[in-house]
Amino acid sequence: MKAVTKSSGRIEPIVFHTINTIFMLFVVAITLYPFLHTLAVSFNDGSDTLAGGIYFWPRAWTMENYRAVFITGTIYHAAFISVSRTVLSTVFGVFLTTMLAYTLAQPQYILRKKIGMLFILTMYFNAGLIPNYFLIKDLGLLHSFMVYILPSMVSAFNLIIIRTYIRSLPAGLIESAKIDGAGEFRIFWKIIFPLCTPVLATVALFIAVGAWNSWFDTFLYASSDINLSTLQYEMMKLLGSTMSTNNDPSALAGNQHNQMQALVTPASIRAAITIVTAVPILFVYPFLQKYFVVGLNLGSVKE
Amino acid sequence: MSDAVLDKQVKTQKTRKRRVDPEIGVSLSWKTLKMQKQLIFMSVPIAIYLIIFNYAPIWGWLMAFQNYRPALSFGKQEWVGLQQFKFLFSDETFMMVLRNTIAMSFINLVLGTVTAIGLALLLNEIRARFFKRIVQSISYLPHFLSWVIAAGIVATSLSIDDGIVNIVLMKLHLIKEPIMWLSEGKYFWGIIGASNVWKEVGWGTIIYLAAITSIDPSLYEAASIDGAKRFQKMRYVTLPGIKSTFVILLIMNIGHILDAGFELQYLLGNGLTVDWSQTIDIFVVKYGISMGNYSLATAAGIFKTIVSVILVFIANYIAKRLGEERLV
Repeated sequence: MKAVTKSSGRIEPIVFHTINTIFMLFVVAITLYPFLHTLAVSFNDGSDTLAGGIYFWPRAWTMENYRAVFITGTIYHAAFISVSRTVLSTVFGVFLTTMLAYTLAQPQYILRKKIGMLFILTMYFNAGLIPNYFLIKDLGLLHSFMVYILPSMVSAFNLIIIRTYIRSLPAGLIESAKIDGAGEFRIFWKIIFPLCTPVLATVALFIAVGAWNSWFDTFLYASSDINLSTLQYEMMKLLGSTMSTNNDPSALAGNQHNQMQALVTPASIRAAITIVTAVPILFVYPFLQKYFVVGLNLGSVKE
Repeated sequence: MSDAVLDKQVKTQKTRKRRVDPEIGVSLSWKTLKMQKQLIFMSVPIAIYLIIFNYAPIWGWLMAFQNYRPALSFGKQEWVGLQQFKFLFSDETFMMVLRNTIAMSFINLVLGTVTAIGLALLLNEIRARFFKRIVQSISYLPHFLSWVIAAGIVATSLSIDDGIVNIVLMKLHLIKEPIMWLSEGKYFWGIIGASNVWKEVGWGTIIYLAAITSIDPSLYEAASIDGAKRFQKMRYVTLPGIKSTFVILLIMNIGHILDAGFELQYLLGNGLTVDWSQTIDIFVVKYGISMGNYSLATAAGIFKTIVSVILVFIANYIAKRLGEERLV
């Protein structure tokens, strides 16, 4: 690189941009290859995959892997739980975080600093896994669907993002509504909430992705209840069975499709579930990109 | 709320507007509480919710000073003082776990920051906006996928039979035969570091790119007039321009130095690499949840929390002394 900078002014930009473009293509390739490979494996015959040599494209096309995934009721139910927890967490999370952010964005609110501090501290302060486990147990939330929603409704980070955004809105909006006789909740719900759409898109994405992707709460609080299993948790169990040296097909999640043994392998099933789990996110995030880029930067602004 | 109260609220706001600092003049009195009761209704229940879920569990810290047995009621537990902590710090496993946690955290912090800043600098040089946008979109992708999927991808890529990493290294003649990456402890930290970079580098560039965009363009012009070349501009204009972002992110991350991550290590670790893969969080799950030694696991958790809080305050203090932005 040093030699390049010392070369004459006209060649340098061309050389630099060529190297930079090649480097970017390399980054893109490294990022995308695992997905293309997984996609190829998911559509390739399981025993054929074991022979090796599958890169970007399936060699022996088959839908068997997906059929094996969907043949059991487990996966439908897990998908239902995953979708439910994602939707409910997002709705409650966005509403409550925005309402709190609205109050904390009002300079005259007397509890503003106290409540704000209470939330900021949670970014660094955590009672720890065991005390939290006992809390969930004492609240009767073990093996209950609500354990997916309740513990993580309002996060400090999202709160900061929304509050910063509300503060950037013209202050006259709130004041003139008050002069017109509107109550605080009405101002929040009718005026502020709709104006926050860009930042709410960001926060909704963060909450939804977090809820969709989590498996540890299932593992910790609801692992013995198959009715509360999620897609990620099913993936996690499957990962365990494919990572162990013993590649026994009967260790498949669900374990109810023994007739499939000859056709599918844990690796190919895992590829299929990976695609099923990743596709919703792949379709959503590019459209929200311009929002989350702005939102993330709001979060990094100190108050 | 009656109109009279509303009027009063409006009036106080108007008077406050004249003051330099809007906060002066509002004191915690029944009058203000009454006036702001709507705001209180909207926020205090959420604060109580937070206290229940985030602060109430501190009560459980008492377990660390007991020899807690789930079968006994709280009053009947045996109090052991600091015995759990003493055991923890004389335990070889915990020392190893601590070493692994700090090492992987440090690797993640350094690699993550350096690659994010590096990629941001290079992305910033791309002139074709469409190409830049495509590269950015693709680079964000892995961030949105779960660690379960990421772990699956890592395991597949590193597989001995058909993993792409082994294939590429063999084709390049860098290795003679495939390496069993996930079966040897010495590779584990590196694998975690590389996986984190793969997953998070694109996401990490967002904040740095925004910081770069906000640098005054006239600085670059002035540098050009002074004859600065591309890399000199990066060195003397861009890097100083993103320094405060760097510092604030560093402070935030230093508080999480004992959070080396849990999921990837848990999912990728196995019996062969346990001496290198176990982190504090895994230790807590293993002793607490699986083995039922709640007291010891709680003690480990307390240690982690206290170290985190102390580190944040130290980093914050140093940043203040250096005249940089602070977090708290």
